[in-house]
Amino acid sequence: MGYVHGLLELARSIPELVVLDADVAKATKTAEFEAVYPERFFNCGVQEQNMLSVAAGLALEGFLPFASTFGVFATCRAGDQMRNSVAYPKLNVKIGATHCGISTGGDGASHQSIEDIAIARSFPNMTVLVPGDYEEAKQCTIAAAKFKGPVYLRFGRDAYPVVEELHGKFEIGKAKFLKGGNELTIITTGIMACEGLIAAETLAKEGCDARVIHMPTVKPIDRQAIVSAACETRRIITVEEHSIIGGLGEAVAGVTAEVCPCYVLRVGVKDVFGESGESNELLNKYGLRAANIVNAARQLLRMSI
Amino acid sequence: MTKELDLSALKAKSRKIRKEIVSMVYHANSGHLGGSLGATDIVVALYYHIMNHDADNPQWAQRDRFILSKGHCTPVIYAVLADCSYFPTEDLKTFRRPGSHLQGHPFQPKTPGIEASTGTLGLGISTGVGMALAAKVRKENHYYYILCGDGEIQEGQVWEAAMFANKYKLDNVIAFVDRNYLQTDGNSEVVMPLNPLKPKWESFGWHVLEIDGNDFTQVISAVEEAKKMKGKPSMIIARTVKGKGVSFMENEASWHGTPPKKEEYERAIKELNDGV
Repeated sequence: MGYVHGLLELARSIPELVVLDADVAKATKTAEFEAVYPERFFNCGVQEQNMLSVAAGLALEGFLPFASTFGVFATCRAGDQMRNSVAYPKLNVKIGATHCGISTGGDGASHQSIEDIAIARSFPNMTVLVPGDYEEAKQCTIAAAKFKGPVYLRFGRDAYPVVEELHGKFEIGKAKFLKGGNELTIITTGIMACEGLIAAETLAKEGCDARVIHMPTVKPIDRQAIVSAACETRRIITVEEHSIIGGLGEAVAGVTAEVCPCYVLRVGVKDVFGESGESNELLNKYGLRAANIVNAARQLLRMSI
Repeated sequence: MTKELDLSALKAKSRKIRKEIVSMVYHANSGHLGGSLGATDIVVALYYHIMNHDADNPQWAQRDRFILSKGHCTPVIYAVLADCSYFPTEDLKTFRRPGSHLQGHPFQPKTPGIEASTGTLGLGISTGVGMALAAKVRKENHYYYILCGDGEIQEGQVWEAAMFANKYKLDNVIAFVDRNYLQTDGNSEVVMPLNPLKPKWESFGWHVLEIDGNDFTQVISAVEEAKKMKGKPSMIIARTVKGKGVSFMENEASWHGTPPKKEEYERAIKELNDGV
C-alpha cells in the first residue's frame, strides 16, 4: 500500500511516471493507480518478461516506468530481462516487487521469493531497497523515483506492523539507527526491523545492551554503519526475511570480512524452500522471530572475541 | 518524404557493407557473419532509403528507430552506422576488443546510433514495442523498425511482445523476421519448426507480408504497404540467404558464428569486389 500511495503522490508532479503490471494489479494494489490514472497504466497480462523489456523501452523514450509484479516473477521468471534490458544499460526503470519473503503465505514455496535480494543485488547498476513498513515503503518509492537508474523495490505481502522508529529521514544507501548499544549489533532489513527491536528489548532485560540498525537499502550497503558496528560491538546478527544465501547477511559479512573481521550470525531462511501456511505460522516455523534473534545473541555472547 | 529509388547505389552500398562485415569479423577473429550478410540488404534499404535519421543529431526526437533484436548481427549495424558517420569507420577495427564501444551485442549507452541494448534473444522486440508505445502515448509519428532472427522467434518472449503490440494497436511498429531457415544448430524446421509462420503472426493480430529480403524493391514496397496499415503492427517475413554475397558462406549454418581464416577472408573480399 505504501508503494501505490507513493506512486499516486509522485504522479501529480511527475507526468512521465507510468505504471505497468502483469495481471496482479489487485494484489500489488496498482489497480488503485489505474483507477486514478488509467491512461498512465499498462496491464501487460501474465508477461513478466515482456513487461520488463517494455519498461526498458518506455525508459529509453523518456518515461519513468514502475513495473510491478510479485518478487519471485520479477527476479526469477524475468531475471534475464531485469539484467540485460534494465540493469546492463542502466535504464531508469523501477521494479516494484511485492509479495516477497516467506510471509506471502498460502501460495507456498513457488510464490515465496526468498532469493530475490541475492539476485537483484548481484546485478551491476542495481539499487536494492527493502522497506520495513507502510511509511518506509512510501519513502522508498518516492526516493526511487527521484534517483536516476534501475531500482529494485522489495515489498512484503501482508500489512506490516507500523514501526515508528523507521519513520526518520530516508536516504538511499544510509542505514537507520534504531537503538544504541555496545555489546552486539542487530542489523535488520524489511519487515524484520520490528523483530529486531523486540529482540533488543528482551536482551536488555538479560543485561545485554544491543545496538539495532535497520538497512532499508541493501545495495549500495551502508559500509560505514557496518564498520562502526563491527569495530565497536564486535558481534553482529543480521536478520532478513530471505535466504541466508546472498542477502543482507552476506552483504554485511562481506564488509566486515574485508575491513574489521568479527562474528556475523545470519538469521534468515536457512537455504530451504518454504511451504503453505499463515504468515505468522511461517515466520515462526522458519525462524524469523525475535526469539530466534535472541537465541543467536546468546550464542554470540558465549563466543570469545 | 519519398526518395528516388537508386537501385545501383543501394547495391553498391550493400557490397561495401558486406566487405566491412567480413573484415570486422576477420580482424576480431570473432562474430556472426552469416546472419549479418543475409540481413545486409534489409538494413541498407532501411538506412539509405526508408528511414528518417540524422547522424549529426542521433537523438533527434522525430527520427525513425531501428532495433536489432537479433543482437548477434552487430557487424551489419556497426558497418552501416559507421558508413552513415555515426562514429568513425576506424572504430570498426576495435569490434569485440577490450575498451571498444562496439560490443559483441548492441549496447545503447555506448554506441551512437544504437537505440536499444539487445543480446539475449527476444529482448529487442519487447523493448521496441515499449518504445513504440511511448510514441503512441505522445502521438508521435515516427516508426520503429525491428529486425528479428527466425531462430530468435522461438523465444516465448517474442510472442508476449506480439500480443502486447496487438493490444495497444502499435501500427508504428514495422518488424522483420530474417527468414533464412538457419540457426546455430542447423535448419530451423529441424531444430524447432516455425512454419506455417504467416498464420502464426496473423493469428496474433499482426499485418503480415512475405517478401524476398535480399531484393531492395520488395523490401521498400513492403514497408510502404506496412505504413498504410492502421491499427495493427506489421511483420514482414523476409526470406533471405544466410551468408549472402559470399558463395561459400551462403546457406551454410556453419558460418553462423565462425570467423573466417586468412584464405577464406581474402577469397570473400575478392568475391565481394568482383561482385560474383
